[in-house]
Amino acid sequence: MMTRVSVTLAAIFFATAAFAEDFKMAVTTSFENSGLADVLLPAIKQDLGIDVQLLVVGTGQALRLGQAGDVDAILVHSRAAEEAFVAEGYGTHRREIMYNDFVLIGPQNDPADIAGATSAVEALQRIGAIEPAFVSRGDDSGTHKKELSLWALSGFDAAVFGPWYREVGAGMGASLNTAAGLSAYILADRASWLNFGNKANLALLYAGDPVLFNQYAYLPVHPDKHVHVRNDLAAKVEEWLVSPSAAELINSYQIDGETLFTFNAAEK
Amino acid sequence: MTTILPLTLQDVAVRRRGKRLIGPVTTTLGRQGITIIVGPNGSGKTTLLKVMHGVERISTGTVRWAVPDSEAQHHQGYVFQTPIMLRRSVADNLRYPLQLHNIAKAETEQRMIDWARKIGLHDHLQISATRLSGGEKQRLALGRALIRRPEVLFLDEPCANLDGASTRDIEALLIEARKAGTRIVMTTHNIGQAKRLADDALFMLHGIIKEAGPARAFFDAPQSKELMAFFRGDIIA
Amino acid sequence: MNDIFDGLAAAFWLVVSFDPELIEISLRSLQVTLGALVLSCAIALPLGTFLAIRRFRYRRLTISVLNALMGLPPVVVGLIVYILLSRSGPFGVLGLLFTPTAMVIAQVIIITPLIASITHQAMRELWAEYHDLLISLNTSQWQRVKTLVWDGRRNLLTAALAGFGRGIGEVGAIMIVGGNIDNATRVLTTAIALETGKGDFALALALGFVLIALAIGVNVSIHWLSRTEREGRW
Repeated sequence: MMTRVSVTLAAIFFATAAFAEDFKMAVTTSFENSGLADVLLPAIKQDLGIDVQLLVVGTGQALRLGQAGDVDAILVHSRAAEEAFVAEGYGTHRREIMYNDFVLIGPQNDPADIAGATSAVEALQRIGAIEPAFVSRGDDSGTHKKELSLWALSGFDAAVFGPWYREVGAGMGASLNTAAGLSAYILADRASWLNFGNKANLALLYAGDPVLFNQYAYLPVHPDKHVHVRNDLAAKVEEWLVSPSAAELINSYQIDGETLFTFNAAEK
Repeated sequence: MTTILPLTLQDVAVRRRGKRLIGPVTTTLGRQGITIIVGPNGSGKTTLLKVMHGVERISTGTVRWAVPDSEAQHHQGYVFQTPIMLRRSVADNLRYPLQLHNIAKAETEQRMIDWARKIGLHDHLQISATRLSGGEKQRLALGRALIRRPEVLFLDEPCANLDGASTRDIEALLIEARKAGTRIVMTTHNIGQAKRLADDALFMLHGIIKEAGPARAFFDAPQSKELMAFFRGDIIA
Repeated sequence: MNDIFDGLAAAFWLVVSFDPELIEISLRSLQVTLGALVLSCAIALPLGTFLAIRRFRYRRLTISVLNALMGLPPVVVGLIVYILLSRSGPFGVLGLLFTPTAMVIAQVIIITPLIASITHQAMRELWAEYHDLLISLNTSQWQRVKTLVWDGRRNLLTAALAGFGRGIGEVGAIMIVGGNIDNATRVLTTAIALETGKGDFALALALGFVLIALAIGVNVSIHWLSRTEREGRW
């Protein structure tokens, strides 16, 4: 009996070693949470025969994964960091694919009245004035960076905020859970918000300012830095991502009747 | 057949943490019979037994068998005051010493059954040894020691915790073993038992052999006043 | 409270509908943890037994280290394994990061000290009990180990099951080294973390209940296979 068990276990264990030739791509939590990946990946598999394995992380970690050569490409949304990534030679180039937008979420009764603001900057200034509970990602992600830059635009320094400003150091979903629990304001990407299941008494209060647009870009990891990366596959995936069929899928992707992403890849 | 006897102890002493447990002890174990070791608690009986068995490190002196130690070790058995039961069935406890020596399966089974019958446990073969009564455990321990057909068997107060019936069972087994030629060395507190079994006897006191001799002289005409006092049941300081 | 009932209902439907994705990640959970368990046992059982019966110079230190490692935070283990297996790390050429093998490695590191420590405790007791007899029977070192392992097999099984329990419910390390990649390294615990992150508590709970059921199922079936419970008098 023991022999049979050990043989079975050995078989189970060694079966795990069979993954190798797949294409690994680091993407942001917000991209994964939007659900768009569930539409794009099967299409890529069908059209190109490539199994795209997604590593869902914050932008900061996605860039680290690219630097270390642990992924073949990254799809993130933090322009300054992306350009630095290319400049330092870790990525071959940066290709803009699409954008969605950030939205300000908060308690339905909206104590800071940001729903009546005329710009994102004004909305944040109203929040800064009365200091209601505010949840920040605090994880160096693209969304976090965006939030910090918006505070700066509004004339605040997030580093000196009092205890009403809570940096949770977590992904978008976990941060939204925290905000729901605290009835706090939070900056989120629209996709994560629409797909979020535990809205409690939170509501979308402000959106639409172009400064809130969230540009996604695709960066293949440079094969000069890491010889093992599948740059050939990365090129194929890129070609597909900027193709009309990708544009069609991206532009028609909706949640609750709302369009989430706008395809804006330029011809090379 | 070569014999591992006689066993000779020459000026043996055992010291632990600066305290002398036994010694100096000089004695010879002849080829036949039952040697009974008596003496008050703490007089060194168990230590002496373990020295002879070779499981107690000696500080000075020599312990010598008629053959090299490594060979002598294979021809000895030891039964502890509190029987140590392997957490296995009665049958497996009996098989264990034979399995250590890679004895053929058929012979192992045959000897196991024989001994289970001799010790009266043949109806309990599949019962876990840890669930036996005290007397049954001691019988099993004795059977397990004898199944290897040792030339010398050491027993450390094997009947200390047993009732009369169990003690009689053990004594019967020991007398049978002696008939079969097994050399027996045993400690006991029970003077009656000592008299029933002994061919010769040792009296231990304060770590040394105070008196020794053939059973009749030893019990009927003790020489030292300490042994006389011991037989009277006095407390010997 | 409602979330819990929703979770139970969702778990029920996932199970009765043989949800293919659920089956896949459940099997992967088992595969990773059982794989790690086999390797850990191969290391920890002899190690724990050895520590119980052999006296050597750094024995006490080894035992202390082992006990300390038992409390090792899985996240730290995950991070260290991650750095070692990263393409830029010393074992990068193996390309193991974000594979089930990496998850097995991390779990081996997490559960081996636990199993070794429990083994050591159990074997020490048994050795104290058997010591005189095995010495008297003039057993070799190897025979002693065999005897102790065989007669202590129930305790060793308990040790292994404790290791399994720690492994199957572990999320911190395998999240980091596995990456929670759909269809490749996603297991029950990382899926639970993901669904919680999405705010889908019902699904997260459903997966949690499946995980608990799986853990209980494995425990019961291993006990049944080894028939340890039948022999017990009470």
